[in-house]
Amino acid sequence: MIRVSNLTKRYGNNAAVDGISFGIRKGEIVGFLGPNGAGKTTTMRILTSFLAPDEGTAVIAGFDVIKEPLELRKRIGYLPENAPLYLDMGVLDYLNFIAEIRDIPAGERGMRIKKIADLCALNKVLKKNAYELSKGYRQRLCLAQALIHNPDILILDEPTAGLDPNQIIEIRELIKEIGREKTVILSSHILSEVSATCGRVLIINEGKIVASGTPEELSNRATGKEKIYINLKGQREAIETRLRSMSEIASFRVIEENGGELLKYEIESNGDTNLNEALFHMTVDNRWVLTELRKEKASLEDVFLQLTIGEK
Amino acid sequence: MQNIIAIFKREFKGYFNSTIAYIFITVFLVLTGWLFFRSFFIINQADMRGFFAILPWIFLFFVPAITMRLWAEEKKLGTLEILMTLPVKDHEVIFGKFLASYAFLAVTILLSLPLPITILYLGTPDKGPIIGGYIGTLLMGGAFLAIGLFVSSLTENQIVAFIIAVIISFGLLIIGEQFVLFSVPNWLVPLFSYLGLGSHFSDIGRGVVDSRDIIYYLSVILFFIFLNMRTLEGRRW
Ligand SMILES: Nc1ncnc2c1ncn2[C@@H]1O[C@H](COP(=O)(O)OP(=O)(O)OP(=O)(O)O)[C@@H](O)[C@H]1O
Ligand SMILES: [Mg+2]
Repeated sequence: MIRVSNLTKRYGNNAAVDGISFGIRKGEIVGFLGPNGAGKTTTMRILTSFLAPDEGTAVIAGFDVIKEPLELRKRIGYLPENAPLYLDMGVLDYLNFIAEIRDIPAGERGMRIKKIADLCALNKVLKKNAYELSKGYRQRLCLAQALIHNPDILILDEPTAGLDPNQIIEIRELIKEIGREKTVILSSHILSEVSATCGRVLIINEGKIVASGTPEELSNRATGKEKIYINLKGQREAIETRLRSMSEIASFRVIEENGGELLKYEIESNGDTNLNEALFHMTVDNRWVLTELRKEKASLEDVFLQLTIGEK
Repeated sequence: MQNIIAIFKREFKGYFNSTIAYIFITVFLVLTGWLFFRSFFIINQADMRGFFAILPWIFLFFVPAITMRLWAEEKKLGTLEILMTLPVKDHEVIFGKFLASYAFLAVTILLSLPLPITILYLGTPDKGPIIGGYIGTLLMGGAFLAIGLFVSSLTENQIVAFIIAVIISFGLLIIGEQFVLFSVPNWLVPLFSYLGLGSHFSDIGRGVVDSRDIIYYLSVILFFIFLNMRTLEGRRW
């Protein structure tokens, strides 16, 4: 459905998008995850033919963003960052305007608008002006604008930014509902958001895709570096000689030392080993006292942090 | 065509959604009315020469105020991103906006029609210059509008758009004025006088509508619309 290869967009010497390639199948909900300035918005602007890439190609539903932008636009619904609206326009007027440009026949416009207003819960505000709307309703109106022509593909730039928790849940549900029959790309900084709504995540940093996969795959990948925290009573040198000798351990460090007796360690494992069992046996064999053993599985958040900040 | 109409309607209604539009119209009518009646009663002239002579200078400020928002506001609000990802061609959007501002200007001018009607009622003026004056006004207004529309696409700040449009229009207006023509080298005089936005207007105002004057204004309009298309493409490349 969406085929992107080697997409690059530069601003001066800065590559906002730097050789991105990916493919998206029909019906997928894909999340772009990345810190501020990662290049999410720029990528979406290229996909919607608002910006042209400096290099690379993007083909959506069989149409090239550069060669056939008009055909492409007919099949896409786009919610830009911050849900921009003509503030001096009435809500109904606005939807009518979009419907008209979207070539919805005059006779069907009323019905279509009604359907969309129901779907996006806009009925209460249809008679208002856009400037009177709260952030949540602006977001919905802008989403309605993106949906009115029943596009196959939806591109949503931070659809839940600036909303309160209730609204976030409502919009997420709405996206999931829409996503049953459409291909959706959304962007976010919020990890829980993409893992809650998306089947697949592309982590973008500094214009590059640094990881991709399902939310589970990504957090599994990080379990290779799982961390274990232990609190021990025993002699420090003896403990550390023993820890150094264990092949399962990649690294360890003391994080707290209590009166020379109680020691707290943070231990990083080497891979998919049963490190906590090995540690338990070690303490029993040496008659050290183990007061706590806590395993911390890396979350999507850790993957994100590792990939985006950890590299520096 | 349907797209041009849709954009035209939205923009045209947009003018009347803001109170500023009504203030503009009022100021324009009061100003022109005052200038007109001053010459009418004080100099006792039953024609509109004074009115049309001053009109380019009123347009100099009035028209950029009409056009300043057309692109700048879209950029500021971010709505440009939706507009330019709708299935519309660049030139459809430009013409829709241009024609909407043209229609707004035409409405304003239409509202000044009681002036010539008063004259016709009170005296027996030569009708040629009045009709010519109004045709010239529409042509010259179109040129000012095209300049203002183009300038609005260069910035997201409406005030900046206004000021730059005034400056460019001012430049094009004065190069055709007598005092400039006196001070430039002789070989430049025909060129300057041809390019001057106001010189063709006074020609038409004498009641002779020459096709060269019409071609001049249409060229200016198309030239700035062409530049506007380039700035829109520039966003994409
Ligand atoms: N019009 C522009 N001119 C110059 N640089 C730009 C422009 N637009 C974006 N950039 C730069 O490109 C980079 C990527 O920006 P982009 O808006 O795509 O990031 P983002 O991932 O959407 O960030 P955020 O999460 O803050 O929305 C940033 O470094 C930004 O400064
Ligand atoms: Mg962004």
